[in-house]
Amino acid sequence: MKKSILQEFFKGFWEVLPPFRLVLGLCPILAVTTLAENGIGMGFATTFVLVFSNIIIASLKNFIPKKVRIASYIVIIATFVVIVELVMKAYFFAISQKLGIFIPLIVVNCIILGRAEAFASKNNIIRSAADGLGIGLGFTMSLFLISSIREILGNGTIFGVGIMWESFEPFGFMVQAPGAFVCLGMILALINLVPKNQ
Amino acid sequence: MEYLVLAVNAVLVKNILLAQYLGNCPFMGVSKKTDTAAGMGMAVIFVMTFATFITWFVHYYILVVFNIEYLQTIVFILVIAALVQLIEMFLKKSVPALYRSLGIFLPLITTNCAILGVAVIVISKDFSFMQSIMFALFSGIGFALALIIFAGIRERFEISHIPDAFKDMAIALVTAGIIAMSFYGFKGLDSSLKSILIK
Repeated sequence: MKKSILQEFFKGFWEVLPPFRLVLGLCPILAVTTLAENGIGMGFATTFVLVFSNIIIASLKNFIPKKVRIASYIVIIATFVVIVELVMKAYFFAISQKLGIFIPLIVVNCIILGRAEAFASKNNIIRSAADGLGIGLGFTMSLFLISSIREILGNGTIFGVGIMWESFEPFGFMVQAPGAFVCLGMILALINLVPKNQ
Repeated sequence: MEYLVLAVNAVLVKNILLAQYLGNCPFMGVSKKTDTAAGMGMAVIFVMTFATFITWFVHYYILVVFNIEYLQTIVFILVIAALVQLIEMFLKKSVPALYRSLGIFLPLITTNCAILGVAVIVISKDFSFMQSIMFALFSGIGFALALIIFAGIRERFEISHIPDAFKDMAIALVTAGIIAMSFYGFKGLDSSLKSILIK
């Protein structure tokens, strides 16, 4: 049975929620989630690229020869990444400095190429856009979840505002590299506790 | 001597996988067996050095000359994708033995963010040509080292009792966290080495 457009949109929030259900795109998840602000910035940048590359790939799917499809997808994705890079440098300079190298690396985020190959190359434009938007917002949500946990525990702040009690000692481990891996592993285990077909 | 500090820095202190979070998809994906991990590690060392070699020239002799540095991302990823394809065809024809052991990993490498990451890092840090090649080589070695250690530990999971919720990815991530913590012990090694060498 084919899913409705709304179902395609909402599946990104739980059923195939990246990176927990689809374990892809780990690098940005681990690297930029030290502050909630960075997490959200990265999430929206990825969503933009995901939606537009899905739309373009879905509309060109009949013209792209099978043999060079991966290369063509990469060129399309890279084009949108360059757009995001330039827009962020122009209007959100502070956050683009913090995300640094991870903005160009959206090109090789496996979620985007994965959706292009698994979804956009087989479905029409509207469904692909819904899929891209849903997965992108799900990804943003996950980034926000992880980055807020890490920021609250590691710095005692959220969006730079202190929220913990006065004697709270920041748990520096969480904002370092090992904390990222352990935190993501713990959340993954918690989500695994919930049965899959609900 | 300068390269020794660079090597310690790239392999141990700022390990590309564990401290810079690059290339984590293959880190989780192909680390279930030590031999596949070793194969992937070798392929990454090879491609990373070669790709950085080419992208360094592309950046300084094409992009800078024509003043189109903003196209860096798109040009680099195309160069890397083409290069990987070329290496694959070359190995298949001329070194079949090597192709049989590395072949299946090569297509995966195009989307390995560590390759593009290193190519971009050497440009953003203004490394000289020799420094760039050395940095890429040692980053690749660091990647292979972390991958093989991780695969060795992961092989043991088969015979150990793991709670259901932690099976597969969750325990792998926690393990990676613990390895990252142990690599954290190398912090400061490069700067103390530097000060010893200067004396």
